[in-house]
Amino acid sequence: MPGWHVRRRSEQRWTALVCLLPAVAIFGVFNIVPTIWAARLALLDWNGMSDIAKAPFIWFDNYLRLCQAPEFWNSLVVTVEYSLGVTALGLITGLLLAMALNRRMRGRVLYRVLYFTPEIASTVAAGIVWYYLFLPNGLVNKFLHLFGIAGPSWLSSSVWALPAIIVVGIWKRLGFNMVVYLAALQGLPVELYEAAEIDGAGPWHKLIFLTVPLLKPTTLLLAIMSLIDAFQVFALPYTMTQGGPMGATEVMGLLIFREARGLLHMGYAAAMSWVIFAFVFAATLLQWRVFGKED
Amino acid sequence: MRTLTDREKKKATSQAGKWSTPGSRLANLAVHAALIIGIFMVIAPFLWTITASLKSKPSMIWRAPYFYPTTFAWENYVEAWKTASFSRFYLNTAIMTGALVLGQVFLSAMAAYAFARLQFFGRNTLFLVFLGTTMIPFFVIMLPSYLIVEKLGWLDTYWALTVPRLVSAFAIFLLRQAFLGIPKELDEAACMDGCSAWKTLWLIIMPLSKPALAAVAIFAFLFGWNDFLWPLLVTRSPEMSTIQIGLTSFQGRYYNDQVHLMAAVTTATIPSLLLFIVAQRYFVRGVATIGLKG
Repeated sequence: MPGWHVRRRSEQRWTALVCLLPAVAIFGVFNIVPTIWAARLALLDWNGMSDIAKAPFIWFDNYLRLCQAPEFWNSLVVTVEYSLGVTALGLITGLLLAMALNRRMRGRVLYRVLYFTPEIASTVAAGIVWYYLFLPNGLVNKFLHLFGIAGPSWLSSSVWALPAIIVVGIWKRLGFNMVVYLAALQGLPVELYEAAEIDGAGPWHKLIFLTVPLLKPTTLLLAIMSLIDAFQVFALPYTMTQGGPMGATEVMGLLIFREARGLLHMGYAAAMSWVIFAFVFAATLLQWRVFGKED
Repeated sequence: MRTLTDREKKKATSQAGKWSTPGSRLANLAVHAALIIGIFMVIAPFLWTITASLKSKPSMIWRAPYFYPTTFAWENYVEAWKTASFSRFYLNTAIMTGALVLGQVFLSAMAAYAFARLQFFGRNTLFLVFLGTTMIPFFVIMLPSYLIVEKLGWLDTYWALTVPRLVSAFAIFLLRQAFLGIPKELDEAACMDGCSAWKTLWLIIMPLSKPALAAVAIFAFLFGWNDFLWPLLVTRSPEMSTIQIGLTSFQGRYYNDQVHLMAAVTTATIPSLLLFIVAQRYFVRGVATIGLKG
C-alpha cells in the first residue's frame, strides 16, 4: 500500500485506540459479554429470582426440556411458517413490482416512494391498525365482500390468524424488497437481453431464462435478510393476537418474552433464544456458501 | 458507496423500455392501472387511520367514507394526548432517538474510520468480531443485557434506553464501505499538509461521506423511534415509557375507542413520515446500496 508509510505508525495506533474505544466498550459490555453469558445461562436451572451463583448447572437439560415441550414445537412451526410465507411471497411480489417500475414512465419516483411507505411505519402501529382492519366487520372483509367473498373472522380463527399476520409482514417488507430488486435490475447487462430478443425470446422467456437467474444473488441476499428478520418477529403478533388463538400465532419471540418478563425460566428461555440463533446462523452460512462460490 | 452513473441509468431504462414491446401502449396502461390499484392497497391502511382518527364517534368508524375524512374532529387528538401522557412518551422517545442517532452516526463513524484507514494490531480480527455480532439475534442477548442493565441500576432510566445501542455494527459496516470508496490520495495530501489522522476524519472523510452518514442517521432514527421490545423490557413506570409502548397500553385500555387510538397512532407515525418525505432520496438510495453490497 503506497502512502501508508507517510503517517507514523504510532499516530495511527493512538488514533485507532481513541476511535475504537467507545465502540468496543459499548459492544463489549452489551453485545459480547451478553452473548457469552447467554450461552452459559442456557445451561443453568435458574428462575431469575434466586441467586444466579447458586443456580445448578444442568448441562443440556434446558434443551432437552425444549424438545419435550409441545408449546416449543408449536412455536417453532409457527415461526418457520411465518418466515417462509413472508419471505417467499414478499420476494415474488417485490420482484414483480420492481419489474413493473423498471421502465421509462411517468410517476416512477412517486410510485416507488408510495410503495416504500409501510417500511417506515412502526411495527406496533402497523399491528394495531391491521388488527382493526382484520376485524370481522373490518375493511379487509368489506373489500372481499365486493367480490362476493365472505371473509372469516381472521384473527380469532386458528386457521386464518397466521396468514393475516403474514399479509401484514409482506405489506411492511414489500417496499424494501422492491427497492433492492430495482437497483439490481438496473445493473443487468443490456447486451444479453438484446441477444435474447434476436433469438426471438418473448417476455416470459426473458423473465424465466434471463432475469430470474441473473438476479439470483440479489434474491438470495433478500431471502436471507428477510428470513433473519422474520425469525425474530415479535411486535406484530404481540399487537395483533398476543399469540392466540390457541397458540396459532405464538412465535418463538413471544414465548421467550413471556418467560423472561415473568422471570420464570431464564435458562429455558435462553436455550430457546439459541434455537433462533441456529436458524439465523444456518441462513447466514448458506449465504456465505452461495456467495463464496460465485466470487 | 456505489451509485449508478448517468450512462448506466440510461442503459437500464432503455433496456427496461424494451420489456413491453408487444402492444406497448395498452400494456403500459395496464401496468399503470395495476400499479395504482397496488398503491391503493398499500397505502389504504394509512388513509383509513387518518380518516378514522377524525371521525366524531367510535360508532362511525365502519361507516363510509373510509379513505378520506369528511368530519374533522381534531379534538380527538387533544383528548387522546390528554388521556395518556403522550407528551411524556414523545419526549422520552425523542431523547432516546436523538441519542441513538448521534451515537450511531459519530461513534460508528469513528470505528469505521479506524477499520478503513488506520493500521493497528488485530484490525481485521476486531472487524470480523463486529460483523459476527450482526448474526446474533436480539433474543439471545436480550436476557443477559437486561440483567447487566439491572446490575448497573439502570432499569427505568434513559441510560438503559440509550447506552446499550449507541453503536451499531451495521452502521460501522456501511460507513467503512463508504470510507473505503474515498480516494486515499486525499488523506495523503492532508497528511502531507500536516493534518493529523484524527483531524483527517472530521475535516476530510466525514464531509465527503454525507450521503452514507445521512443513510445511517435515517436508519438510526427509524430504529429508535419504532423500537419496542427493549424499551418494553427495561422501563417500568409510565414516566419512562416510549411512544410505541404508550400505543400498546392505550390499545389495551381503550380497545373500543378507535377514534382516539387512531389519533394516537397518527401522531406517533408523523415524525417518521415527515422525515421520509424530506429525505426519501437518501432512504431509497441507502436501501438500494444494501442490496448492491450483497
